[in-house]
Amino acid sequence: MTTTYAFLGEFGDALQFIFQGETTREGAEVGGSQFLDLTWEHLKLSGVSMAIACAISIPLGLWLGHIRRGSFLAISLSNVGRAVPSLALIAFFVAYLGTGFANLTLSLVLLAIPPILTNTYVSVTQVERDTVDAARGMGMTGAEIVRKVELPLALPLIFGGIRISAVNVIATATIAPLAGINTLGDPIINVSGYGDTGRLAAAICVAALAIFTELTLGAVQRAVTPAGLKLEPDTASRRMRIRFGREATT
Amino acid sequence: MNRSEPAQEQGPSARPAAATLEFREATKIYPGQDDPAVDALSLTVPAGEICVLVGPSGCGKTTAMRMVNRMIDITSGDILLDGRSVRERRPAELRREIGYAIQQIGLFPHLTVADNIATVPRLLGWPKDRTRARVDQLLELVSLDPADTRDRYPAQLSGGQRQRVGVARALAADPPLMLMDEPFGAIDPINRERLQNEFLRLQKEIRKTVVFVTHDIDEAIKMGDRIAVLQRGGKLAQYAPPAELLMYPNGRFVEDFVGADRALKRLALQRVRDIDLWKAPLVRVGEPVADARRKVQDSDVPYPLLVDADGRPLGWLSERALTGERVTEDLRSKAEPAVELDDVLRDALSDLLANEAQYGPVLDARGAVAGVLSLEIIGHALQEPPEQVRSGADALAADG
Repeated sequence: MTTTYAFLGEFGDALQFIFQGETTREGAEVGGSQFLDLTWEHLKLSGVSMAIACAISIPLGLWLGHIRRGSFLAISLSNVGRAVPSLALIAFFVAYLGTGFANLTLSLVLLAIPPILTNTYVSVTQVERDTVDAARGMGMTGAEIVRKVELPLALPLIFGGIRISAVNVIATATIAPLAGINTLGDPIINVSGYGDTGRLAAAICVAALAIFTELTLGAVQRAVTPAGLKLEPDTASRRMRIRFGREATT
Repeated sequence: MNRSEPAQEQGPSARPAAATLEFREATKIYPGQDDPAVDALSLTVPAGEICVLVGPSGCGKTTAMRMVNRMIDITSGDILLDGRSVRERRPAELRREIGYAIQQIGLFPHLTVADNIATVPRLLGWPKDRTRARVDQLLELVSLDPADTRDRYPAQLSGGQRQRVGVARALAADPPLMLMDEPFGAIDPINRERLQNEFLRLQKEIRKTVVFVTHDIDEAIKMGDRIAVLQRGGKLAQYAPPAELLMYPNGRFVEDFVGADRALKRLALQRVRDIDLWKAPLVRVGEPVADARRKVQDSDVPYPLLVDADGRPLGWLSERALTGERVTEDLRSKAEPAVELDDVLRDALSDLLANEAQYGPVLDARGAVAGVLSLEIIGHALQEPPEQVRSGADALAADG
């Protein structure tokens, strides 16, 4: 076997597995272009889950934050969300939805909602009351206040939540083959079919995807931060301290 | 200083710029509370005047103000804006017609100064170029340079600048009524005084009806054409122009609230130019002594005041200066303190007391003697009926 990446040892074997693939003893083509299919499936599952999670939790968080109620819901949901493992959810939903895309999507959506919901809720409630009072006093309707004041001011933190969820979802989508969808988790779970090199190769791919997502969404988060907010040192540092579940990176 | 001057002449637009505001037994009882926060408040603010709501904390002054634009709903009674009940208006629509400025300003941090000011015009759907022109006009009105300020963010402004932007934003759609809740409360005393004067100067030009909330009686006296003193439980204790309030407080509460120094506070409402001064016996070097003596006899002052060719005071002459045929430059004392026509009486009195003087020359804008002010005149000024005392924007210095 030609080893372009031989100097990298096992890591090099894994890279070669990714880019060139192998043929197993059973004659199946694994690695290479087959990995593209797995990656596509992985991204599709993650993307759909994230889209649904955003569609549910951002409006809900904006609304709860706007009326400044439901902090109990927003906070406890995030704690429950972190406590229940996705694997358990998948097993639970098998009873109702069987295996497949719907089951997995639902489990990943539930995993993704808490960080987005909590961040959205908190960031809206963090908008200065006087700012909202002034907006109301000038004749903005509730919807206009949300759209023109609360949402733009909350946007950086909302994207912080999306970023956390996206990374979680991409990492967790590796368990999808347990419910019948072949994502990049397949080589990790199904070692007999891919071998140790295949497993390492898949792990590298998942890690790369997660890092890429993290960096991209981080850039997006900076891009959506209104220029006027970047100039406010106090607000920025305060915002950083209330970030959901991890160290601040605004 | 011309009181009858038509208010709209210099206004920023041709629209009728002020509305009459009337509280009719307006009452607010918060849910779950027995006592009203505002109790059957009835008062009328004439168009173009500043009405200050003042009182100790918890007296319902902010509640009363916020009932006007329905930020707080009225429990019973009514509030009429130009004869029309605010209760039958849609809140958002009503608020767009009423300027709103609060102590914390509440500028939108994510928007530039121009976008902040354009908030209400945009809600009203003004064309872009009209909004842009209006923003620049307003920035100039509040003494900010449009080219320099327009594109800045609130975080890049000083406290005083932010406050000015807040006022400009409240004025953006040229509302006939302005609500201002302690708008200068969070500003240091020096800038506060400056902003107060600026606002009065602005008011002189635009003549809006203004409801101004403060807990500071001095600010109330300075800013108000009329002052409504509220006491705990949201009851109106007295509603009167500042001078009347100070001269005839209608009870213990108001008397205590305006303070024991209310006579002095009243002096702060009157300017030297507003009262009748003594005629000064002005003499120049080389004038016949006989003329000088006659001038002294015609005057209330016992000594002649030596002035230079331009009428500027040099000092009070001594007896010896009048011994020859012609007046010589032999001074008994310097012409101190010199007060100015635009000084308020309280400051002039303070100058006289500080110099241990019974009287002092009054100078006009060019520095020439316009008359003599004495402790006696100030005493008389305190007896003047309150109707004669100007207030609010009318009390501004002439050149203001």
